[in-house]
Amino acid sequence: MGSGQKYMELFLSTFRLSACTFGGGFVIIPLMRKRFVEELGWIEEDEMLDLTAIAQSSPGAIAVNASILVGYHVAGVPGAMITVLGTVLPPLMIISVISLFYQAFRDNAIVNMAMSGMLCGVAAVICDVVINMAKAVLKKKRILPVLVMIGSFVSVHFFSVNIIVIILVCGAIGAVDTWYRGKAAKEGDQP
Amino acid sequence: MIYLELLWSFFQIGLFSIGGGYAAMPLIQNQVVDIHPWLTMTQFADIMTIAEMTPGPIAINSATFVGIQVAGLPGAIVATAGCVFPSCVIVMSLAYIYYRFRGLNMVQGILSGLRPAVIAMIASAGISLLIMAVYGQRVLPEDLMSLDGIAVMIFLIGIIALRVWKPNPLWIMAGSAVLGVILYTLL
Repeated sequence: MGSGQKYMELFLSTFRLSACTFGGGFVIIPLMRKRFVEELGWIEEDEMLDLTAIAQSSPGAIAVNASILVGYHVAGVPGAMITVLGTVLPPLMIISVISLFYQAFRDNAIVNMAMSGMLCGVAAVICDVVINMAKAVLKKKRILPVLVMIGSFVSVHFFSVNIIVIILVCGAIGAVDTWYRGKAAKEGDQP
Repeated sequence: MIYLELLWSFFQIGLFSIGGGYAAMPLIQNQVVDIHPWLTMTQFADIMTIAEMTPGPIAINSATFVGIQVAGLPGAIVATAGCVFPSCVIVMSLAYIYYRFRGLNMVQGILSGLRPAVIAMIASAGISLLIMAVYGQRVLPEDLMSLDGIAVMIFLIGIIALRVWKPNPLWIMAGSAVLGVILYTLL
């Protein structure tokens, strides 16, 4: 793929995804995974999770941050500029138009019915992706990642623990685990 | 200079909103209702409703809306640019660090600790959305059976279609919007 084509693909993909991210920033993650991991093969599965962690722990909208990361990875700084543009343009255009008649839009029955239906669809899409990703964790047959997953879920969902705290704690758990396993492997080498 | 004020306000919103859209709401309110007389509280509530009904991040949606109200389309562009600028700088620096050091064993270890946590956060966001979809409110009600049957049906059709045929998720979202209009009109 030539670089011109690559820029075009980046712009069109992020534009289309951004036009469909109803219901909060996380919705763009499954859509990006489908497009850039499964269909285009530009990003690896684990890399997408790493990028999500970075997008989540940086300031600003998750959708914008994730787009910057994907664009940067595929085509450097120009790529990131293009994906930001692709992500920002749909809401900019839609809100500009709606701001002209926003009271009528807000109270329109058909718009509201479509939105209620779409919310269910978005929930289904996210649940589907979570099932796939959780399965990949379970397949590795290690107990620690499963415990981290359950622990983080309970803390975020039931105790509303700050996401930055979760990221710091889980990063530390990963570091200690690697250090411990490295040490165990070294001792195992010696007779 | 109204453009500079818009740029600066939304620059601050972009810089200090960590952790997604709802975290940004009080910041936006502080900038556009309390500090600057750009929106009334009613207009602010309206734009939050519309931000939820339209695609795109809440911060970008409100930047566009406030920009247009205060200074027309150029205002919207300036406010949006201010809002994404901090992300661009910070996220690209982090991306540089990530791709430079991710080969290191210790960085790999830290990242492998984060991955299950990221899945858990997406799961939590998904469940909150599902509760919103079937109960029409953010938290579980006391009466668990008071759910919206049509919403449950659309959700089940969606998830079964996704598991069985693995279509592009955009089709599921478009399809569920159409189903919503048809079923809520008929039933």
